[in-house]
Amino acid sequence: MMDDAASRDFVSLEHVSRRFSTGTPWTDRLLTRFGRTPPPRTVYAVSDVSLTIKRGEALGLVGESGCGKSTLGRILCGILPPSEGQATIAGEPVVVDGHKVSRRVQMVFQNPFASLNPRLTIGDAIAEGPLAHGLVTPAQARDYVQGWIERVGLPADVVQRYPHQFSGGQRQRVAIARALAMQPDVLVCDEPVASLDVSIQAQILNLFLQLREELNLTVLFISHDLGVVRHICDRVAVMYLGRIVEEADTAAIYNAPAHPYTRALLDSIPRLEPDGSEAQFKAIAGELPSPLRPPPGCAFHERCPLAFDICNTQVPELTVIDPSHDRRVACHALRDK
Amino acid sequence: MAQEQLRRFWQEFSENKIAVVALFVVLALVFLAIAAPFITPQNPYDLSSLVLSDSRRPPGFVGSKGFTHWLGTDAQGRDLFSAILYGLKISLEIGLSAGAIAFCLGATLGAGSAFLGGRTEAIAMRIVDLQLSFPAILLALVLSAVMGQGKVQLIIALAAAQYAYFARTAHGAAIAERSKEYVEAARSTPLSSWRVLFRHILPNCLPPLIVVATVQVANAIALEATLSFLGLGLPPTEPSLGALIANGFQYMLSGRYWISIFPGIALIVLIIAVNIVGDQIRDQLNPGLRR
Repeated sequence: MMDDAASRDFVSLEHVSRRFSTGTPWTDRLLTRFGRTPPPRTVYAVSDVSLTIKRGEALGLVGESGCGKSTLGRILCGILPPSEGQATIAGEPVVVDGHKVSRRVQMVFQNPFASLNPRLTIGDAIAEGPLAHGLVTPAQARDYVQGWIERVGLPADVVQRYPHQFSGGQRQRVAIARALAMQPDVLVCDEPVASLDVSIQAQILNLFLQLREELNLTVLFISHDLGVVRHICDRVAVMYLGRIVEEADTAAIYNAPAHPYTRALLDSIPRLEPDGSEAQFKAIAGELPSPLRPPPGCAFHERCPLAFDICNTQVPELTVIDPSHDRRVACHALRDK
Repeated sequence: MAQEQLRRFWQEFSENKIAVVALFVVLALVFLAIAAPFITPQNPYDLSSLVLSDSRRPPGFVGSKGFTHWLGTDAQGRDLFSAILYGLKISLEIGLSAGAIAFCLGATLGAGSAFLGGRTEAIAMRIVDLQLSFPAILLALVLSAVMGQGKVQLIIALAAAQYAYFARTAHGAAIAERSKEYVEAARSTPLSSWRVLFRHILPNCLPPLIVVATVQVANAIALEATLSFLGLGLPPTEPSLGALIANGFQYMLSGRYWISIFPGIALIVLIIAVNIVGDQIRDQLNPGLRR
């Protein structure tokens, strides 16, 4: 077994940022020459995020569309190299010189209709990675693939078939088998059930829980479905406009949300009242600001009921406010209490 | 599934009677070209078998070797029927090889540059655009003039003139494919760039490329005939269809029409048939064009 410190920082994202920019076109250079400020062309999808996941833990990443949670997942998985900072697993970097070098982290994508190559049979798709990395010999590949197909609950005769012959739920099982066949320690799940029917969602989620237990997987579970996250995850991190605003144990987040955004997010879940009265939910006022022109100071201050003067100018830092629940919050109003 | 797909493809193909006839014509011409040494009365490339006194004879003339020249003879005394079949063989060889080389080159360049992106993509595609902006015949003409006569030189010249069409098509298709999740999945495995490109991106770019290929094979045959007609193609001792037409051209007005006309008909039939088959395949592979 690993010592406690290494196990605690098993997955680590250190000051990770990801910029997307289109470069400087000549029209902008011309504008600058004439003393005008060209429109901003750099978007920070993720800015200065630090996050650790313990070995075997499932961390839920929630937030509105466009808040950067998928980008963060792709950085951890090595699909997008970070502009700044780095992702490590057990101390080893995932990406070196812009190329992914680790096979210890694999990803399950949102849309199983797009994440499988339509021209590869299920068997070839699952076997390709392990063969390329020498995890199995070509002679063993058949049995190896068969083993994973059974493990994800697919019938044994699917090996020779193509993705278009399967339903969404079955395809997602294939995608899970393909990711797990690489024998990863860490699994990044990017909204893996968002595109499935509700009845199928439960099956896939149960499969996740079961496999996670069996394989001692560390999971980053990205979702906008707060109910699903509560069901699956040990800890939850809430993202807003590229930054983490609150992170705590699942129970602590759901029972006593601290950051005003987390509170608003939880309040916005439609709820049926037990006494049969009207369903009530509060929508969050306003919209997610454009990441092209993020508001100065705390990005949430325009929509925040607690905002005061300092919120307009200073970006709040993520600080521990509640050690018993391992809770970190980025909010001026809460820190000053 | 591949078999079943093929069966459905053929079923749809056979609904278009003209395309079926065209396919039959193409296959028949290919067969005649391959079987040419066994069914022709004369080897037109064997100069010692040519009889000069039999030259420029009209169709139906019985030559001194004892067989009937059903399509007449040309200025060197070649039996035109034999020369057309041999010419057909050369035309098909050159058209198919040039098409295949242009396909591989163009597909790799187009999909590869889309995959790499950035400056590589910009430079490669601007070169392709530049080449597409002037006629292919011009480049083929210059290249074959520089490299000289011969089958290999001609194939190289034609492939160099035509790869740009494949590159454009492959580039467009690969741009659509490269951002799909299955490519991200392959890259995050991680798999090598070569594997991602050749096993994941390129196979999914194939349908539009097959369409371009059928059209470009017909174009390559026509280009070869044009170059030969202009005297830059194959040596006169091994006439292709274009060279045969050129040889007979000067006798057109003196009433000896058959020397040019019959090879011309063979060329037209071949190109039209290949084009009709290609159009049908395009219609079937492109759901957007379906009625």
